[in-house]
Amino acid sequence: MGNLGSIRNTFQRLNIESQITSKPEDIINAEKIILPGVGAFDRGMHNINELGLLPALRTSVLTNHVPILGICLGMQLLSNRSEEGQTNGLGWIDAETIHFVFDSMDIPRKIPHMGWNSVNPEREDPIVSGVNSDDRFYFVHSYHISGIDEKLVTGTTEYGYTFPSLIRQDNIFGIQCHPERSHRSGFKILQNFIRL
Amino acid sequence: MFRPRIIPCLLLKEKGLVKTIQFKDPHYIGDPINAVRIFNDKEADELIFLDIMASRGSGFFRFPRPVPIAFDMIAKISRECMMPLSYGGGITTTEEIKKLFGIGVEKVIINTQAAENPGFIREASDFFGNQSIIVSIDVRKNRKGKYEVFIRGGTKPTGKDPVQFACDMATMGAGELMINSIDQDGTMAGYDTGLIKTIADAVSVPVIACGGAGRIEDLYDAYVNGHASAMAAGSMFVFHGRKRAVLISYPDRRELETLFSETARTL
Repeated sequence: MGNLGSIRNTFQRLNIESQITSKPEDIINAEKIILPGVGAFDRGMHNINELGLLPALRTSVLTNHVPILGICLGMQLLSNRSEEGQTNGLGWIDAETIHFVFDSMDIPRKIPHMGWNSVNPEREDPIVSGVNSDDRFYFVHSYHISGIDEKLVTGTTEYGYTFPSLIRQDNIFGIQCHPERSHRSGFKILQNFIRL
Repeated sequence: MFRPRIIPCLLLKEKGLVKTIQFKDPHYIGDPINAVRIFNDKEADELIFLDIMASRGSGFFRFPRPVPIAFDMIAKISRECMMPLSYGGGITTTEEIKKLFGIGVEKVIINTQAAENPGFIREASDFFGNQSIIVSIDVRKNRKGKYEVFIRGGTKPTGKDPVQFACDMATMGAGELMINSIDQDGTMAGYDTGLIKTIADAVSVPVIACGGAGRIEDLYDAYVNGHASAMAAGSMFVFHGRKRAVLISYPDRRELETLFSETARTL
């Protein structure tokens, strides 16, 4: 969970009140929820379960329709499962998380996908308001979402092939890159999310 | 479009920003926070901060006092940073790493402790994920003309071969390797591309080239001929002109995109 500090720093810079929490009552009271995560899939799910956050998250997200943004691993946790681990994901988005596959490619690419890349908006959505192909975002990941209904794909990124990097289903959002460390481009996404 | 990362590598000494030549003669160049603001404006890809005294210790060399990690300073830097931040210098425990991540650092850089206690890299990468653990390897040619790994800010030889050590560190779980040439440091005469290539070809993790960049062509050279995944530089981004006047700069984004778009090599 390495990027909690930088997410908090970014919200401070944007003058947006935020709180790092592991308490169910804070989640119930939140107007918006960020689900961050750097590290392994099983540990992420384990933390959610261990801290007893799942009922509160379900109430907020599924019953009260509070907007939630999963960042990086947080996005992958929204899916059914991941090739990275054995634990089931949250399963709120009907998709799988898979490892990059470059077997059949002439020029294999390094994994993880680490560095700056575009998020190409696939449809109009408030979350990508003002974002265009000129914007760049910081990625660091070895796994990505796959097998998702294309109607839920809001943005895509190309690294060897095209994969979904920004997804939305009603009030549930996921983004594969790190908007909290992506200069003005990332700030646009976070501000769009807060304005929803 | 994906292109390799270009990373300013900034040196801290007693809360000021300095630049060295061959790891010696730290020359004061300014305030770190001010530098971060300029790199924000220029939208630098990432920033690396290295505390050059933290593992070297202060006091007389036979009786060094450990220099504590400057958490307050790093927290200020982190709050200002709009791009990923890596910190290295004096890290010896997972508690320290946890504290650094808590203040918003994305990746930690481990050098001396990696050579003295390789198991620490396994411990740290198991706990935090290998994408957040960089092992930096300071290399210089020894008297026999062979490459050797040095630690404690380049002051202590280890007898280790850099290629073997790089492979060992990748096996231990280092997510990235930063190869810093002591001989090239501050010279602005170009990277040690041969050394970079040998290591980059021997490991599957990304390699950050460091030490010697003076021109934008050097960045290209380390990428195309050195097979580096990222290029770090100090002098090139803090000095201007032959008299090395302090002027913080960063290549224009279009310039970088043009430079790297024409190569067939992919990361």
